[in-house]
Amino acid sequence: MSQIDGYPATTVIGLEVHVQLKTNTKLFCGCSTEFGAPPNTQVCPVCLGLPGALPVMNEAAIDLSVKAGLAIDCSIPPMTKWDRKQYFYPDLPKGYQISQFDLPICADGFIEIADPSNPDQTCKIGVIRAHLEEDAGKSMHDEAAGRSDTKIDLNRCGTPLLEIVSQPDMRSSAEAKAYLQELKLRMTHLGISDCEMQEGSLRVDANVNLHIDVDGKKVATPIVEVKNMNSFRAVERAIEYEVGRQYDLWEETGKTIKDESKTTRGWNDVDGKTFLQREKEESADYRYFPDPDLLPIRLPRERVEAIRASLGELPAALRERLQGQYGIKPYDADVIVNQGPGLITYFESVATISGDGKRASSWIQQDVMRAMNDQQIEITDYPITAEQLGDLLSRVSKGDLEQGRARDVLAHMIEKSCDVDQAIADLGIESVDNSEIENLCRELLAANPQVAEDYQAGKKQAVGSLIGQAKRKNPNANPQVVRETLLQILEQG
Amino acid sequence: MLDSVPEILRLQAEGELSAVAIVTAALDRIAAVDATINAFTHTNRELSLAAAAEIDRKRSAGEPLGPLAGVPVAVKDVLCTRDMPTTCSSKMLKDFRPPYDAGVVEKLRAADAVIIGKSNMDEFAMGASTENSAFGITRNPWDTTRIPGGSSGGAAACVAAGMVPASLGTDTGGSIRQPAAMCGVTGMKPTYGRVSRYGLIAFASSLDQVGPLGWSVADIAPVMHAIAGHDHRDSTSLKHDVGSYTHALASKDLRGLKIGILRQTMSVEGIEDSVRKSVEEAAKVFVEAGAEIIEVDLPHSEYWVPTYYVIAPSEASSNLSRYDGAHYGHRAADIATDADLGPLVTTYCRSRAEGFGAEVKRRIMIGTYALSEGYADDYYNKALKVRRLIKSDYDAAFSQVDLLLGPVAPTPAFKLGDKVDDPLQMYLCDLFTTGANLAGIPALSMPSGFDASGLPLAIQLQAPALEEARLIFAGAAYQSVTDHHKKRPASFGEAV
Repeated sequence: MSQIDGYPATTVIGLEVHVQLKTNTKLFCGCSTEFGAPPNTQVCPVCLGLPGALPVMNEAAIDLSVKAGLAIDCSIPPMTKWDRKQYFYPDLPKGYQISQFDLPICADGFIEIADPSNPDQTCKIGVIRAHLEEDAGKSMHDEAAGRSDTKIDLNRCGTPLLEIVSQPDMRSSAEAKAYLQELKLRMTHLGISDCEMQEGSLRVDANVNLHIDVDGKKVATPIVEVKNMNSFRAVERAIEYEVGRQYDLWEETGKTIKDESKTTRGWNDVDGKTFLQREKEESADYRYFPDPDLLPIRLPRERVEAIRASLGELPAALRERLQGQYGIKPYDADVIVNQGPGLITYFESVATISGDGKRASSWIQQDVMRAMNDQQIEITDYPITAEQLGDLLSRVSKGDLEQGRARDVLAHMIEKSCDVDQAIADLGIESVDNSEIENLCRELLAANPQVAEDYQAGKKQAVGSLIGQAKRKNPNANPQVVRETLLQILEQG
Repeated sequence: MLDSVPEILRLQAEGELSAVAIVTAALDRIAAVDATINAFTHTNRELSLAAAAEIDRKRSAGEPLGPLAGVPVAVKDVLCTRDMPTTCSSKMLKDFRPPYDAGVVEKLRAADAVIIGKSNMDEFAMGASTENSAFGITRNPWDTTRIPGGSSGGAAACVAAGMVPASLGTDTGGSIRQPAAMCGVTGMKPTYGRVSRYGLIAFASSLDQVGPLGWSVADIAPVMHAIAGHDHRDSTSLKHDVGSYTHALASKDLRGLKIGILRQTMSVEGIEDSVRKSVEEAAKVFVEAGAEIIEVDLPHSEYWVPTYYVIAPSEASSNLSRYDGAHYGHRAADIATDADLGPLVTTYCRSRAEGFGAEVKRRIMIGTYALSEGYADDYYNKALKVRRLIKSDYDAAFSQVDLLLGPVAPTPAFKLGDKVDDPLQMYLCDLFTTGANLAGIPALSMPSGFDASGLPLAIQLQAPALEEARLIFAGAAYQSVTDHHKKRPASFGEAV
């Protein structure tokens, strides 16, 4: 509960998240779902709703939906069915959307998130349902030069969407963001969706209102549904904006949830404001009824259990295991897990081969992920295999190779596409033998008599200044070996 | 006679006639009589003759031929055809040329039938008289002042007028059986799911089914055989084996068969005496062939029509939404923007107002109302419950009997214009046929005589799901001892 102006108020947030399922083809036909094709090139009679065309279920979308449901602890009813949701719109070719009304494919789940206001605690956000539906097309409004043309791209028609509806369990924009992040993580981790908000494969609508405590009596403001947000940041900002707006409006008009039904508002990211989209009077009547072209879907327990068995480790369990197994910090485990299954596998290989999880984690975060980011590549395209990196790091851990020099080795490996041994040989690191280092040390001590004096006077750290010099004279000299040799010579007097 | 499928097949097989000669005769017949009957919305001489020539070529080259080789077949204009317009007899779709063939059309072509044209119908298959066509009414070949029945009026009339030996219609609430009855031909509504609906422009998806019409059971059996079977593009298509429909034709002996007569339907108000008598006479024929007649009840039969007239319009209101002037169908010209509605909604309203006929609009309104919030429980959802009761009535009846016998329509063909202004009277034409659609079972309409003024009368046989062969078996036995199906209308019956 927070104090906004005067009365303390609780923000109540429920999210409706549309996740585009990562199927190769659309929900009811064989058209490609690939993003970015020229308008109206990925269409067929079925997804265009041509007269006489009939939908045929894509089984892969069912499996992915069940997988998604299981990943958010939903129950999967043994039977689910298709319903038509009717409304007229130019991007809806059939005049109805095939969706699910009273028997969704997933019901009653939850997602556990770290409580943003109390980092040691977790909180559970309930999921009411997740239902599968086909996407509509896209209207592009061309209002240039006084015209009001609308062009329709129907490529997206029939793309499978899973709409995940939460309970109104979130109490702050930070909680909403944490929920979305965890949801996105699970969906991407399990290969259910790419969750690219820019491409529309993750879309969020937020239902927001306030419960204001007026002298011990709870007053609820009318619910607002904010649509069209294309980043998590936008969701956060829109919620925060709504909290202020709704409080002010309540102070001004005194209108509560009893006076006004739900309104729909858009989000303008530039202005940082929401704006009214649909007036309350136009409460839509979608005239849902079971789609007679599609049979109900029976989901035998064996099918659901087979999908459950294929889930593997979910992110939360994975984070804990990585911490325990490789001794890395929660933050680092989080960063790695958030990168998805490819990087997790990569990390685990490097950590195992090098025998040094912490070093593996830090190298992957600093070197590997930076390169991936700079070059906009996936881990599968990173030029150094987990085996090679593990090999390199194991030498660092054993003391055979100094950390800074190992970075040179890595750079050389990338440049020449060679293995660790070859890179070490090319850079001449192995050729530095002990007598060479001893000569170098004696040379440096002779040139810096002050260091020997300081050392004998008890300032043991004085040798440090020579290590840098040694490295400049011979880049392949291992600083650890240099230090030990210097100390040896000095001890010998 | 070129109005018999088996005869056409025999003539070609024995080298007496070429497919081109047969198709030419059919086209000439259409040219001669269709100006009066108006059974077709579209024919294409060139295409049909080219298809026939290809069959002759294949035959002379010794290439394998399909089981309907060279048989001219008319296809109801609700079935998509790649090479001909598909209009649903609506102004809404007057220019629609589908980029694909319906599943049944593909199958007909694969069987080497010649698709000779598209038959007229009530707009979007809504009606019982073929008076709701945007392309003019169809007349009954037995009496051109009368309706041919509907909605497959064109499909029945083109057979009855000797233009083709067989046609495909669709049956949502009786639309094959009722016009077959009124035009004195044989028509079958198959089990729901037996025949693919892919490319059938939907009226009421859970009821629509494609089926054949022809003079006799022997004419429709090979067509039925050609179009039946699973189609992966229709999710409601059944995967059961089809078997052979033609081998059931030879039977004459019905010993051991139990046939139920519906007590209620025979005493219902509005059924004409001639119709009732004709059913009773047919029952005697079946008894003579060895069958046993048992009286049975379908307790909810009085709810068939009301249930049908909630479910069918509900589905229609949804299926017809796509004709909005933005994507498909007629778009009103010069859309004037209504200040309150804006250009988009005005486009929808004006286009639909201009594109759809009165009956279609009426049913869209009924369906929209029945599905709307606050009314769905009273109408649509209640209708679904009653539908289940109707289905269980049939299950109970078929645990006692093998077939059900009854009338098809309460009256013979009525005068054109008689019921046009009285939709409720028109809906009563479906009194005996809608039950089969609601229950999804197959049913057969066969000629069973003539009334005093020479109009055809008919009987209906209904069978349990997937028992089309039983209908053919019993129908063939009936037709082996009766000659009603051999009579031809006086002015349209000469051999072609």
